[in-house]
Parts: sequence; structure tokens; C-alpha cells
Amino acid sequence: MTTTADAAPTPLAATRTPSAWQKALKQKRFVAGSVITLLVALFAVFGPFLAPHGENEVVGTPFSSAGPLGTDYLGQDVLSRLMYGGLEILVIALLATVFSTVLGTLIGVVAAYGGGWWDEVIMRLNDVMLAFPQILLSLVVLTAVNQPKAWMLVVLVGLSNAPRTARIARGVALGLVSRDFVHAAEALGERRSRIILAEVLPNMNAPLLAEAGLRLTFSITLVAAIGFLGFTTDPGAANWGQMISENRLAMSTQAWGVLAPVLIIAVFTIGTNLMADGIAQVNQRGGD
Amino acid sequence: MVDVAALPDALEEVAPPASRHGAAAWGSWLLRRLGLAVLTLWLVSVLVFVATTALGDPVRAILGKDYGSDKARVAELEAQLHLDQSPVTRYLHWLGGLLTGDPGSSIASQRPVSELVGANVVNTLVLVLLAAIVMIPVAFGIAMISANFRRRRPDTVIQTVMLAMAALPEFVIGILLVAVFSTTVLHVLPAVTLSAPGVHPWNDPKTMIMPVATLVLAVAPYVSRIVRATLLEVLDSDYVELARLKGIPESVVMRKHALLNAIVPGIQVIALQLAWLAGGVVLVEKVFNYPGVGNQLVDSVNNHDVPMVQALSMIIAGVYVVVNLVADLLSILLTPRARTAISS
Repeated sequence: MTTTADAAPTPLAATRTPSAWQKALKQKRFVAGSVITLLVALFAVFGPFLAPHGENEVVGTPFSSAGPLGTDYLGQDVLSRLMYGGLEILVIALLATVFSTVLGTLIGVVAAYGGGWWDEVIMRLNDVMLAFPQILLSLVVLTAVNQPKAWMLVVLVGLSNAPRTARIARGVALGLVSRDFVHAAEALGERRSRIILAEVLPNMNAPLLAEAGLRLTFSITLVAAIGFLGFTTDPGAANWGQMISENRLAMSTQAWGVLAPVLIIAVFTIGTNLMADGIAQVNQRGGD
Repeated sequence: MVDVAALPDALEEVAPPASRHGAAAWGSWLLRRLGLAVLTLWLVSVLVFVATTALGDPVRAILGKDYGSDKARVAELEAQLHLDQSPVTRYLHWLGGLLTGDPGSSIASQRPVSELVGANVVNTLVLVLLAAIVMIPVAFGIAMISANFRRRRPDTVIQTVMLAMAALPEFVIGILLVAVFSTTVLHVLPAVTLSAPGVHPWNDPKTMIMPVATLVLAVAPYVSRIVRATLLEVLDSDYVELARLKGIPESVVMRKHALLNAIVPGIQVIALQLAWLAGGVVLVEKVFNYPGVGNQLVDSVNNHDVPMVQALSMIIAGVYVVVNLVADLLSILLTPRARTAISS
């Protein structure tokens, strides 16, 4: 979550120019977003250890008000289900974000550095993927699958995000490939793969980080949406998205069964979006 | 959740043809654009076909545990899906059917796909259109208020709220609206769309309010953020400064000088959002059980109804491509610089 933390400032540098990390800390949005994201992530990670009841433990009659948030459609404790149901979403969304960032960056940089025909063909195919609403790609593939596996969701969510990252990465890389240090490396006879890895990529960190933050928001949304539509790796396991549709029937009598997962998804996505916006703003003001 | 990262640059494709003039140049530009749209749709059709039939085993998915025991049903389904033929033959057969308006028949109900889909396409288009009609003035209004208070407290507050709203997934917005207006807090609007088959949902206008409101709330934040940014840029320009120095009232400056120049970027982002709505309606329709293509798509995916899924995804992708095409055309027609670039 706090990937910017690796730029820890030395005390000496701090007195001269504020580092990106320090500038980020002055951004209210970034700080608020990171704190929210971190809290929800901690809740999702440690929830299963602290939950008062088991994931599939029946504690009362269905849709009763036993326990702090009542019970769900099978009489399971809603709070415990909430504490169990975030980890899968968090892990799948994180892995999908990493996957889409790596893949998208590679596609974008190869297109920008390759230029000419490469660029034209790659970006045209990329546009085709963009012509596909994100949720549609997942739905189309899930048609022929009985029970999705976790890795399938990672790949699907990642693939539907990658073209968007690729577009950004290409734009950033286009500004870099004609710079002097790239020409210098070419003149020295460096291999193309090495120029991409050692010269171009390290200069793209900041914009890619902001993009990855945005992708994380979309990944969480997409994973939760897929669960909400009823496609989960394990129908019995708790999942924030699935909980909404499971308990939807009794919304007028036992609202927490639906509202608790809805609110936590809302808080989580607001947190990641504020964080991503904060990173983007730090980048924009990086020059001053 | 709405995607805003990929704003297409309308000027990117415009290479001014050196010798041709006027109509001929426009014609060739339009042909090129149409060609690209057709190419995109063709590639999408390949993607849809491969994803639905080649990646998994649809027959196994349909029958589930019965796959091993019910040999007759397996053979029957394989015959209906033409699984005895090669994938290429099947694809060409399917594509031919799509082009001649016969996308096969549904596995779940055995009725022709075109018959099942027709009314739902109309329902979805009406929903999206209504959402767009409400969303555009709302988004521009918020952007103008925000730009008026630029970088002062009301602006910051509006922008933070917009940013937070932009983060919310559409089904979260939908459920929260249901909680507020029909179950937990108030009981003024119906929570789901209940309409008899063959009856359009807008015959009972009350059922349309929440689906439309959800789509507007999901999309308006993006549009208003982009329009505000453009407005601020224009308000900083020299000719706005000149207009102010001439003594033109601020409201006229805002309306005539700033807003008109913010329309083109506005159109692009609105088109992108409308195109996005083609996918976003899937979840919103599911939340409200609205009888549209999105709801039908999810049901078909659950039934592993391959012909239905193929047809519905092609419809959604088609809407997406057409909306983008129209937006490109509009934004070029409204930008004098781009207009001259094409016809000169």
C-alpha cells in the first residue's frame, strides 16, 4: 500500500529539498487516503484471526439481530463474515494491479521504443481491448468456466486493466526515448532490452505509481463486482461482493447484512482513490 | 467506477492530406475512421468467440456434474454448438449469422437470440439516454460553480466530494440509494424494477428514477472534474483577461468565453463515459433488476448460454465503438483548428 515509503529521506537531504515522500506527506488527500486504505487493509488481513465466530458458523436464525451486525441469510454472523471476506478481494486486487502494471508498462514501452509499425500494430490491438468494457471481458470468459479459480480472476482483472496502463506508459515513454541519454546508450551499443530496462523504465516510476494507484481502485471495484454478480472461487466462503447479493432479499429487515459490505467497499475505494490522486498531484508539482 | 484514463486525442489521427480539398478530404477521413471501427469490431468478435468457446469447455460448464453421466445431452449440446466442426468453421458460421441478423438460438430457452434480445436493447438504450440527458447539465453546472470559486474553500470541498464519489463502484451507489430511498430510511421509491414481460419499464416512471440516478452519480463526477479543469485553463487565458478588462460582466465571460471553449473536451469525456455506460449498465441493471441487456448478459453468463453471451457482448461493444466514432466526429466539427486541418 505505502509503496512510496521506499524513498526514505536522509536527514541531510531533508534540509535542502523536500523529497517526494515529504511532499506526499504534506498532501492532505494522500495522507487521508493512505490511512483509510491501510486501516481497511489491516482489517482484511487480521480480520480472520480476530473474528468472534467462524466463517461458516451458524449463530442464530437467518436475518436475526443476534450479534453486533446481526446474522445473514444462513444465520451466520455478519461481522465475522465481514472480517473474513476482505482478504481474498485485497489479495486478488493487489496481484491484478501488479500484473496489469507490469504487462501494461512493457506493452507501452515496447510500442514507444519500437516506434513505427510496432507502435501502430500494438496500439491498435490495445484500442480493441479498450473497446471492451472492463466487466465484459471477465463475464465473457466466465461463460465457459464452471467455477473460477483465484488465478483466473487475477489474470482477467489484470488483463482488463493492462491496456489502460499501456496507454499511459506509452505516453510517458515517448517523451523519454528521444532524450540524449537513450541515444547515448544506443551509441554505446547497448542491447535494446537493456536500454528499456536500465534507461527508460527507471525514469517512469513516478507516473506509473500514480497509474498503479488508480488501477488498484479499479481492481478492487472489479473484483467486488464479480463477486456481487455471483462469480466466486468458493460459494461458501465470505466475500464482500457476494455478501451484498446473498443478503439482498432481507434488506428492509436486516439492512446490515448488505450495508456493512457495501460501506466497507465504499470506504476502501475512496481511500485508494484519494491516495492515487495524492500521488498524481505530488508528481505534477514535482518540478517546483 | 468509471474509467477516465484513456482520453482519446481527437487530433491524433488527423494528417492533413496535402493536395485534396473539402469534400474529398472529409470523405477519406470518414472512410478511414469507419474502416478502423469495422476493424475494431471484427477483432472484438474474434476475442468474444475465442473467450466463450475456446478457453473453456462450454458443454462441461452447462452440464456441471451431469457431464459424465448424461451422454445424450452432451451429444445434443455439442450438435447445437457445432462442436464437431473446427473452430475456424464455427467462427465463420457465427460471424455470417451475425452479419445476416441471425445470431443463433439461446441454449437455455431454445428461442432465437434476436427475439429475446430486441426489447432489452431498447430498454437499455432508453436508460443510458435518460442518464446522459440528466447527467450533462448536472456535470456542467457543478463544474461552473466549482470553477467560480476556484481554489477557495467551496471549490476544494466540491472537488474532494467529487473525487470520493468517483471512487465508488456503481453497484455500491445503487445499493446505497436503495437503502436511503426504499428500504432503510425512506420508503418512497421501488427497490427493484418489476415489469411484466413485453411491458417497457418507463410505463411506470417511478421505477426509472433510481437506475438513472445511479448512472448519473457514477458518471457526473468524472465529467465535471474534466470540465472544471478546462474551464480553469480557459479562465487563465489572455483573451478572457482582455474580455474582463473591457468590462464584460463575469457571468457573460463565464458563459460566452469560457464555457463554449470547454465544450469540446466535455464532449470527448461525455462520449467516453457514455461508452463506459455500455458496460456500467451491467451492474446497475443487476442491482435494480432492470430488464435490459446487462441484466440479461449476467443471467446468460450464469446459464453458460454461449450464443446469448456472444450476441449481447457484440451489441455492447458495438454501442461502445459507435459512440466513440460519433464523439470524434462531433469534436472535430466543433474545433475550427481540426476542421481546417482536415479540409485544407
